[in-house]
Amino acid sequence: MTESTKTDEKTSAPPATVKTPAATRWRWGALAVLLVLAVYAPFQLAPFYVFQLTMVLVYAVALLGLNLLVGHAGQISLGHGAFFAIGAYTAAILMERAALPYPLTLPVAAAVAFLIGLGLGVPAMRLRGLYLALVTLAIAIFLVPLLKRFEELTGGSMGLTLAKPQPPAWTGLAEDQWLYFIALIVAVGTFLLVASLLRSRVGRALHAVRDNEIAAEVMGVRLSFYKTLAFAWSAMLAGVAGSVYTWVIGFVSPDSFTVNLSINLLAGIVVGGLGSLSGPVLGGLFVMFVPSISQDINDAAPGVIFGLLIIAVMYVAPTGLAGLAGRLIKKIPRKKE
Amino acid sequence: MAGFLQQIVTGLGAGAIYASLALALVLIYQFTGIVNFAQGELAMFSTYIAWTLVAAGVSFWLALVITLVVSFAGGMLIERIVIRPVEGAPELTIVIVTVGLFIFVNAAAGWIWTFLIKDFPNPFPGGALELGAVTVNFSTLGVLGVVGLVMGLLYLLFQHTKIGLGMRAVATNPASARLVGIRVGWTLALGWGLAATVGAVSGVLVAPLLFLEPNMMAGVLIYAFAAATLGGFDSPVGAVIGGLIVGVAETLAGAYVGFIGSDLKIGVPLLIILAVLLLRPQGLFGRAAVERA
Repeated sequence: MTESTKTDEKTSAPPATVKTPAATRWRWGALAVLLVLAVYAPFQLAPFYVFQLTMVLVYAVALLGLNLLVGHAGQISLGHGAFFAIGAYTAAILMERAALPYPLTLPVAAAVAFLIGLGLGVPAMRLRGLYLALVTLAIAIFLVPLLKRFEELTGGSMGLTLAKPQPPAWTGLAEDQWLYFIALIVAVGTFLLVASLLRSRVGRALHAVRDNEIAAEVMGVRLSFYKTLAFAWSAMLAGVAGSVYTWVIGFVSPDSFTVNLSINLLAGIVVGGLGSLSGPVLGGLFVMFVPSISQDINDAAPGVIFGLLIIAVMYVAPTGLAGLAGRLIKKIPRKKE
Repeated sequence: MAGFLQQIVTGLGAGAIYASLALALVLIYQFTGIVNFAQGELAMFSTYIAWTLVAAGVSFWLALVITLVVSFAGGMLIERIVIRPVEGAPELTIVIVTVGLFIFVNAAAGWIWTFLIKDFPNPFPGGALELGAVTVNFSTLGVLGVVGLVMGLLYLLFQHTKIGLGMRAVATNPASARLVGIRVGWTLALGWGLAATVGAVSGVLVAPLLFLEPNMMAGVLIYAFAAATLGGFDSPVGAVIGGLIVGVAETLAGAYVGFIGSDLKIGVPLLIILAVLLLRPQGLFGRAAVERA
């Protein structure tokens, strides 16, 4: 058991980040190109593909939260989908029952998910990460019957059907394009937020907790405080993603948020890349497209692929696709100064 | 009063099944410090093997024996192939690998046997024993008997055989065990094989009650986790007693707490896990972990 505290090459090792000025410039350039492409894409693609890209962004925001917890703080959650569902239902109930304008549902959903995350994180975080995995798995399984029970609020098994947000006339956008841009703005906003958070004192504290708890504690990092906070933040980001999900789909039902969603999200972030900022985007692409493509082979094919990939990634590339890309960039020979 | 006792008997029957899966979890935890999230799925897969054999005309008990042997071999193989490369890696890595195994085994069963539910034969006679006002189904008695038998066999193995002695040595201190000539790697594989066998028993016991389908064990796994947490993750006896307590608590809560009913019963193990973590994290029979920096 004592061995579990020692850190190893083959785990949540920090991503192979390149800190040279040239690489940083290269990085910003790539990011700018990507952003231009992201803005340009909805005007070129058919509505269905725009919808799919919107969902990639929604998943990316949820994975950003999961990455904060798993990749940066080294804690594991098997119930991230539950907080996604809490956000989605908060938004749906507020829109349906309280007739709240949809943009206002996002901060409320974020706050609700944050508080529930904080409440559940306190008992689970007093112990090692393993118990967090247990508790979160139990929450994910428990949530579905709970949502079905409070029928007058949640609509029971039938769920709630809502009107999708309509684009304002001055934009001249179609509905799918409008939703895409909302998701893009939320995604960019949350990414900037998390990126600056990680560069701060908090980010360093989280990394210290992940890499060596005892050493972190000796350096004055309050373990339970940062672990609980990381859990609550990750829940909050899932809640934000959930509320955007509700706007985009216009429908919530308990069966959309089974434990499979949580497990797919974990698979997404592991394959996408733990502990890197591009991991959530790659993970979002993975969660969105792998099931829809492989489902044609067999209903069970996505699961088989997810399972094998998770195990393979943990063996050969613990930093996921993003980490692989990072390593490749590192290999590009640079000019001698 | 009779109704209350009846609920307790029903709860014990359910609890015995949770206890058997919890026993499998605890076995692996003891040897390797790993909590195997795929334990329930491995049990489900074993149950499908038994179902296939029975459907092919093999008699139930012969099918059971074959299933147990195959499960044992499968468990050892999984340790060698899947778990070995991450041995000694931090908890996060191992948990993720067992979750990957969970997804893979679940989907593989769905691929091979489809997601349609299957009827699984009940090995025990249908009647019931009348004890005053309480009826005890033969199948409940059978389940309790089988779990007791498994416990007894494991006790004999661990306390009265040389293999068991070696296994206990590995569980206590792998480095010292290796120094006195015990093949630690193979002993760990043996632990996984045993756990898979015990898990297969719980799968075969649960299948007639729940119907066989790939997601059969997901709920049972949560109950087994609650049982192991309650009893202490390093105590096999604790796992069994924890399982029985969880089974009774769940049945009583479902029957007498109107709000919970039958649909929210799955919240009971969640509450138990949270309560144990807050009040007595090492469980009823576990030892508190002491860590040396």
